Amino acid sequence: MEYFFDNERPIYIQLVEQLRLFIISGKLKKGDKIPSVRELASIAGVNPNTVQKALAELERDGLIYTERTNGKYVTNDEKIIKKFKITIIEEKLATFMDDMKKIGISNQEIIEYLQRK
Amino acid sequence: MKLLECKNITKKFDNKEILHDINLTIKPGKIIGLLGKNGQGKTTLIKLINDLLTPTSGEILVKGNKVGVETKKVISYLPERTCLDKSMKVCEIVKCYEEFYENFNSKKAYKLLKDLDLDINEKLAKMSKGMQEKVQLVLVMSRDADLYILDEPLGGVDPATRDYILDTILSNFKEGSSVIISTHLIADIERILDEIIFIDKGRIVLTSDADELRTKENCSIDEVFRRMFKC
Repeated sequence: MEYFFDNERPIYIQLVEQLRLFIISGKLKKGDKIPSVRELASIAGVNPNTVQKALAELERDGLIYTERTNGKYVTNDEKIIKKFKITIIEEKLATFMDDMKKIGISNQEIIEYLQRK
Repeated sequence: MKLLECKNITKKFDNKEILHDINLTIKPGKIIGLLGKNGQGKTTLIKLINDLLTPTSGEILVKGNKVGVETKKVISYLPERTCLDKSMKVCEIVKCYEEFYENFNSKKAYKLLKDLDLDINEKLAKMSKGMQEKVQLVLVMSRDADLYILDEPLGGVDPATRDYILDTILSNFKEGSSVIISTHLIADIERILDEIIFIDKGRIVLTSDADELRTKENCSIDEVFRRMFKC
């Protein structure tokens, strides 16, 4: 799993987004162990405090949970994962539709283009 | 708890004021970027913290102690220019550090040297500038210190090696300790920083949490810096 960051936006938000995507896409599976803060910091090339902050946010969202003293794991609750999946799909679609609107093509044309793909 | 405290530090050379009324507190467990253009007082401040210079006025405390012999034990310092004897082999330098510093972990040093592909039987003089910088960084990061102070650790190395060096810093600083990195190569290091300190004309002009600053200004720290100090 590779991580990419730009410097324009808060690093912890970018880390949350990427980890969320790994979970939704199944790269990180239900019940998988999340690397320790230090390990993850080293893998992602960011500060341990940033990792801590990102994991706290994912935990608040219910995407990961802490097992006492054992570390953090991906949730087993499929409903939560699905909920975030839908949110992301809707977000991406909204951006896509916005772009298409700017180009000036109709919804019907978009569907035609997509079917040809 | 406060790891480092600078209280009203002023430093004059002859009559020229290099640092003016610096107040600074550093907590444990942070990576801090000391950022400024060339010649704004970064290295002078670092030398004061390392007790290599004496402030004209003000006080510096490390873990509550005034800077001196005791505080040098807990600070691992990477100087801007190398302090090593270049006629020595890498393994001889490691031995030297081992004898000199109680908290030096030679096992860790040898492991890091190996990871970085550095030949311990090579004389420093035979190595490229970038390799020499790596050796020096390995020595500094192999001490179990409370505060690591790295003065321009990326100066002479290529971008790929810069990433490697950042990685070395990230995975090797002791938990609960802090790292101060002074540099003007902001874009290269900003993703690992917790906090930033902008220093300009001998004054601290901004201190902030790194991500908070990005959110507030809606751009990178590099960009904030460029806008603020446009020539």
